[in-house]
Amino acid sequence: MIVTISISGLKRTKWWELLLRFVLGGLVTAGAGELAKRLGPGFGGLFLAFPVILASSVTLVQKHEREGKQQKGMNGVIRGRQAAGADAAGAAMGSIGLIAFAVCVWKFLPGHNLWFVIGGATLAWAVVCVMVWYFWKCNFLRRISSAS
Amino acid sequence: MERKLTDIIVRFFVGGLVVSAFSLISDLLKPKTFAGLFGAAPSIALATLALTVMKDGEQYAAIEARSMILGAIALFGYALAVSHIQLRFRRSALPVALVLLIFWIGLASGLWYVMVS
Repeated sequence: MIVTISISGLKRTKWWELLLRFVLGGLVTAGAGELAKRLGPGFGGLFLAFPVILASSVTLVQKHEREGKQQKGMNGVIRGRQAAGADAAGAAMGSIGLIAFAVCVWKFLPGHNLWFVIGGATLAWAVVCVMVWYFWKCNFLRRISSAS
Repeated sequence: MERKLTDIIVRFFVGGLVVSAFSLISDLLKPKTFAGLFGAAPSIALATLALTVMKDGEQYAAIEARSMILGAIALFGYALAVSHIQLRFRRSALPVALVLLIFWIGLASGLWYVMVS
């Protein structure tokens, strides 16, 4: 399946949903900083990977899919829950990229330019998670096992 | 005290903006599994790393990043669990996502405890 950009997804997003994400993102970011100050960077660092977007996005994806189906006269409850599951499966693949991001920052930050490290680590995240998604989409592992 | 409050406010606004930006990108993309990749974007880290380096130094930020690896492993487990429950049992997403946050905290803390001991 080809990746597409759809403006209709944005049209379904309401102002309070944007505000909710902004507040949640802000609270977790400020909270992670405070935790690192109080409990040390070792424990506080865990919260740099806190699933804040995922928890809110699966809920909103389910809602949007259900409403889309209901506008067409269908129930949409099951479809919404399946869409939330697909969104979370994507996040599981994205978290492998997040591990690559964290390894890059951990290994290269001391002694190197901050902005190069952040840029390179973000690129590593994007490349790794897109590759994992692509191989998953192509049933890469199944093809290898069937070939052998 | 005033500097501490300013630091919290700056983190709140920068964090909110970065998380919202990744969420909007995610809303634009199809299929859902590809859009879901942005559910694990390094948004909090991007919002906070530069501030941390400027205030506490590179070594402090590197220690945070090392722990972030464990947090990301826990996120992998969390996302798999949410996906499995949603696709197999078709429960409502909000309670599943909220209850499993306890699972993420437990797994991340457990991995961190194993690492330090």
